[in-house]
Amino acid sequence: MRKGLVYIAVLVLALGALGMAQKSRMDVVKERGKLICGVNGKAPGFGYVDEKTGKYVGFDVDFCRAAAAALFDDPEKVEYVPLTAKARFNAIQTGEVDVVFRNTTITTSRDGAVGVDFLPVNFYDGQGVMVKKDSGVKSVYELEGATVCTNQGTTTEKNWTDFVRAQGWKGNKLLTFESFDKVFNAFLSGRCDAVTTDKSGLVGWKAKAPDPNALVILPETLSKEPLAGFTFQNDSRWKDALTWIVYATIQAEEFGITQKNLGQALKSDKPAFKRFLGVEGTLGKGLGLPNDFVARVIKHVGNYGEIYDRHLGPNSPFYIPRKGSLNDLYTRGGLMYSPPFR
Amino acid sequence: MQRVPFYKDVRVLGVLLQVAVSLAVLGALFFLGYTAYRGMIARGIPFTFSFLTQEAGFTISEGKTLAIEHGRILLRPFQPSDAYWQAFFTGVYNTLRVSLAGIVLTTVLGVLVGVGRLSSNWLVNRLAFAYVELVRNTPLLVQMFFWYFGAILKLPPVRQASELFGMIVSQRGLFVPWPVPGPGWSHFAPFFWGAVVLLFVGAFWPRARRYAWGLGALLLVGGYLIAGDPLVISVPEKRGFRVVGGAQLSPEFSAVLLSLVVYTASYIAEIVRGAIQSLPKGQWEAAYSLGLSPGQTLRLVILPQAMRIIVPPLGNQYLNLTKNSSLAIAVGYPDLFNVYGTIANQSGRSLEGILIVMGVYLALSLTISALVNLYNRRVALRGAGR
Repeated sequence: MRKGLVYIAVLVLALGALGMAQKSRMDVVKERGKLICGVNGKAPGFGYVDEKTGKYVGFDVDFCRAAAAALFDDPEKVEYVPLTAKARFNAIQTGEVDVVFRNTTITTSRDGAVGVDFLPVNFYDGQGVMVKKDSGVKSVYELEGATVCTNQGTTTEKNWTDFVRAQGWKGNKLLTFESFDKVFNAFLSGRCDAVTTDKSGLVGWKAKAPDPNALVILPETLSKEPLAGFTFQNDSRWKDALTWIVYATIQAEEFGITQKNLGQALKSDKPAFKRFLGVEGTLGKGLGLPNDFVARVIKHVGNYGEIYDRHLGPNSPFYIPRKGSLNDLYTRGGLMYSPPFR
Repeated sequence: MQRVPFYKDVRVLGVLLQVAVSLAVLGALFFLGYTAYRGMIARGIPFTFSFLTQEAGFTISEGKTLAIEHGRILLRPFQPSDAYWQAFFTGVYNTLRVSLAGIVLTTVLGVLVGVGRLSSNWLVNRLAFAYVELVRNTPLLVQMFFWYFGAILKLPPVRQASELFGMIVSQRGLFVPWPVPGPGWSHFAPFFWGAVVLLFVGAFWPRARRYAWGLGALLLVGGYLIAGDPLVISVPEKRGFRVVGGAQLSPEFSAVLLSLVVYTASYIAEIVRGAIQSLPKGQWEAAYSLGLSPGQTLRLVILPQAMRIIVPPLGNQYLNLTKNSSLAIAVGYPDLFNVYGTIANQSGRSLEGILIVMGVYLALSLTISALVNLYNRRVALRGAGR
């Protein structure tokens, strides 16, 4: 009896502690000594398990690493949690992960009703459609009556529905699966005539297909998909810190600071560089981060361009041309633009 | 007699203890709910069911929903402009569809295999044994994947699919010719529904059965002749990307149904076998000595008695099948749980959604239990019940 009461008391206290925790996630992460980061796990080029090393790698994964580098000066201090499209918002709502970098489109309802807060866009994408070459389809406008597969709980699910409605097509079917590997499997076995998701995703999956040349990505882009990381609503300290970690990679590229020339940049006399890298001023401290967090990010992960080239550049299997695209710096006609570090 | 003080009275203490434990449990539940509620408020996601009437904006690959059109309530395919509650309804519809079909088919298959396990024919006996052991000892999810990715999606594509008696068997599903209401349907409908009513009258009133069913058949034939072409057979036909006409069993539905039927039947087979073996051997011998054939013995003597033992565990299997249908998400069949996933993600209302899903499964399970209990009371030994 007494034991039972003690159990209940402990339970109640533990729950109370959970409910009343009002401190910023930043303190929780710092105390824990590592970052818990939600990633895709199955998106070639963006977040997947390297077959040789067994580690999570990819464009999105590098932003987890950047955050860990900024906080702990060690990009390895990350625990990765692979999330399906369906589970990703729950993982933040329940506090299972600290932040999610998992090719997620910013939308009004997610920001509002779903209750997450988005970080700056790290990849501008658009929805595309892929078909088999032998189907002879050259344009998405030829897909009346087709069965299309995609994964559940995505913007693509609604975009395609809207597109079909706008065309006034009859008999189109949209089949959804929990994860994209099942979608792709169903597509390859012929269950669906076409598969739709963000174009970056299509490029990755095409490269992984047994015969990439038998697949065609149709030229049309159906939607705008600004992809960004996201974290808790109503925790601005934590969100601010992550926001500026993402900006730091972009600003570093604009300044031309790379992993290689970081040593020289640290010795530079330019006040902007000194402030940016934390040699002077208190920019980092103001965010609750180490003052040299930018230098740490560049040292361990590199600037935005380096991250991009490592995973999506011409030498990677998942090449997505960047020059002149939305993902280029604003100085070169793209949309990558960081507010000033001052 | 000396009065025992209340704090030493075992009866009073017993009651107090129960009250205390109940209060503690209720308090903990309330606290859990309240904490969740406050946590959600703190994160800016209030608890509300108001999303149910908002437009869903996504599609569901199959199934029907309830809709009110021109003042009439009807079942029709789900459309993106429908509300979230209608999406839930479609999920429930699909769960019911696969569960009910599954329950009927698995009972037939299970009884056949169970009887086969006891057959004196060596081949039948061994085959039934191999079936039960193979299916019972592999996970259902793995079997579902096998049926979907390994079997059904390996069928020929629509364009190369062969047509047999108007049927098209392809990886896009099984298409069969199907009767659909023709031009004379409106005249025929009263006759048809009259026959349906008579069918039920006969089913529940054995003494009038012969007349009720006879009259029903007469109505059908008569109505058909009077109305002229009330039903036309729609034959499936390949057109562009898809097949039009006929009735379609989608690959997803087929995979879920097949796996549930095959899996559950292996358990039912064991229940049937156990029940038959638990009957005294004398029942068989007595039936044989009366001159009944083995088939008659089974049908008239053994199975009716075995039913008493079979029905309660059989009900459990029905419940399992219904709940296991939630694995359908693995192969993309839009059952309730699958649709919930999309709804929760598009609306952000996962807690509210899962409460609805749990409520629906609970209601389904309780209904099945109640029906099985009702039937159990009918087959139970008179006077053996409570």
